[in-house]
Amino acid sequence: MALLEVRNLEVRFGLRSGEVKALRDINFSLERGERLGVVGESGAGKSVLGFSILNLLSKPGFIAGGEILFEGKNLANLSPRELRGIRGNRISMIFQDPMMTLNPVLTIGQQMVECLLAHRKISRKDAKRIALQKLKQVYIPSPEKRFDQYPHELSGGMRQRIVIAIGLLMDPDIIIADEPTTALDVTIQAEIMDLMLELCERNNVALMLITHDLGVVSQVTRQAMVMYAGRIIEHGPTREIINDAQHPYTQGLMNALPQMAIPGQRLNQIRGSMPPLQNIPTGCAFNPRCDYAMDICRSTLPEYVRSGGCRVACHMVAQQLAENAAPQTLEVK
Amino acid sequence: MNAQVDSLVQIKDLYKRFSISGDFLDQLKFRGGKLVREQEHVHAINGVSLDVQRGEALCVVGESGCGKSTVARTVMGLLSPSSGSISYEGQRIDNLSDRQVLPYRRKMQMIFQNPYASLNPRMTIAQTLEEPVRFHNAGSSNTEIRDKVHEVMHSVGIDPTWAKRFPHEFSGGQRQRISIARALAVDPEFIVADEPISALDVSIQAQVLNLMMDAQESRNLTYLFITHDLSVVEHFGTRVAVMYLGSLCELAPTKTLFATPRHPYTQALLSAIPRLEDNRSGHIRLEGEVPTPVNLPSGCVFHGRCPHANERCKREIPQLIATSDGGQVACHAVEEGRI
Repeated sequence: MALLEVRNLEVRFGLRSGEVKALRDINFSLERGERLGVVGESGAGKSVLGFSILNLLSKPGFIAGGEILFEGKNLANLSPRELRGIRGNRISMIFQDPMMTLNPVLTIGQQMVECLLAHRKISRKDAKRIALQKLKQVYIPSPEKRFDQYPHELSGGMRQRIVIAIGLLMDPDIIIADEPTTALDVTIQAEIMDLMLELCERNNVALMLITHDLGVVSQVTRQAMVMYAGRIIEHGPTREIINDAQHPYTQGLMNALPQMAIPGQRLNQIRGSMPPLQNIPTGCAFNPRCDYAMDICRSTLPEYVRSGGCRVACHMVAQQLAENAAPQTLEVK
Repeated sequence: MNAQVDSLVQIKDLYKRFSISGDFLDQLKFRGGKLVREQEHVHAINGVSLDVQRGEALCVVGESGCGKSTVARTVMGLLSPSSGSISYEGQRIDNLSDRQVLPYRRKMQMIFQNPYASLNPRMTIAQTLEEPVRFHNAGSSNTEIRDKVHEVMHSVGIDPTWAKRFPHEFSGGQRQRISIARALAVDPEFIVADEPISALDVSIQAQVLNLMMDAQESRNLTYLFITHDLSVVEHFGTRVAVMYLGSLCELAPTKTLFATPRHPYTQALLSAIPRLEDNRSGHIRLEGEVPTPVNLPSGCVFHGRCPHANERCKREIPQLIATSDGGQVACHAVEEGRI
């Protein structure tokens, strides 16, 4: 059994103008120690996915259907009390902005000890010992001193390390990191990513890394999912997606990177922008921006097809697969 | 000599300090029975000299807090330099009166980072775009102004029929296009762009970058492009200036800089870019953190984190020296041939 299995998850937002689907047919699983990247642009629903796993959605968002199975238990219909036992304990989350996630009026130590005492029956002294040990693990220099400092006394990179230390406090099975390095500089980003990789590998923690940066996904994760307008459009081994993207949107995203163009030449842009959730086009949500759109793309939602190690939701890919498969069957005859 | 003729904007030995000690009364302190006045400063820029040449895109890169945005704002006259000078086509502009600087304001325009904050939410797009045109071309008729607005809207790919709409009706990418249109509306020669694409998504970034490159070509623009995104620089920049803690580390043509970075900080910065290729060959790890710009380190500002630092680096501030490949680098180790 997979550590985490998400089946047919659907998340909706009840807006005044009616309900909109923020996520639809989300299916994936996460094994112990696996590293999964979730890529997409703003509005693709990647953060909503992260939040919905821990059932952290706030109104007007709600889980409208599907299951989130963590060790066989469905997180979608646990009681708030049971959920609290999992949040921050078995599954922890790291958010984008370390300025916002740390409480400015509590010292680092207070925040860490509070979390430990909430989940475990241990003495304050033991809690402090564990907290210091975790601070050491994330390479915080002189942890005893930092323990009594307030968040504002630390730099952004240091704060994010503390957030990671707090995420690791309870030795979770899964860490969901929502854009953990977006607010940081490149050199610090590289350090934080190294650190997360090392910690996940050492403690056999599964990592779900939500990011818009394909470079980061390429360096850190083994599996990747590309999301567009609330749906997974491509899912497979990271290297396969980076080197040989199947879906036109993934291809477009890769080609739009300045690294992929000849310096000074025009970049390969994708025209238009992500549709708002109230107004997702029928058929394939990407069809108005797609260079290969056919009639069927405008009318029918594409099913997933297997292509190599990936599953892709695209009519064109499905058609190509069918065409390639057809001659072979003839030869057999 | 030739370089002098070509240069459009000259930044000479620029310093910018911000006082963080509050007002006069806050600065008074008792020390050993005496009343003394103490002031603390953030040293945001420390002796930066840059020549922006006509027609180029000079990129300034560095991490947060290195003073790159302060350079942009000082060049535009939004901040006044503590010392040093800014010249436009040889004419010093940092000490001009508001009235005297007006013609330069038209020639120099700025694009800001956040298109959500830089457009007035209570003005329609037409009002936003007409305002600078009206202001800088006093006496032009309403039809002329409207034509001009239509023309710039068209050139940035925003349908002129949307002119009556408000900024909130547009997406981030469209808003950034409108900001660009506003800058282009007065036919400037020089545009300072302060992180114009960092708030945008990848696919939209490409659209906006393409737009800026097209505008550069068709309108003969010169850019001072401030960014922290090195892969954009590699694509967009003619020359790159790397800043660290208010000082210029290295200035070189883009190709040279990316092929052979000389300064140890540039090397670390380039190695940290997350690449798509599957080689986690490891980046250069820098020791420690960026020191505070309140108490600058002595000598080279980078010496505390530099793997090549020696006694001289702690004592003496390195000056920019020309390298054989057309760049300039401020590093004792490079000068001495140690790296």
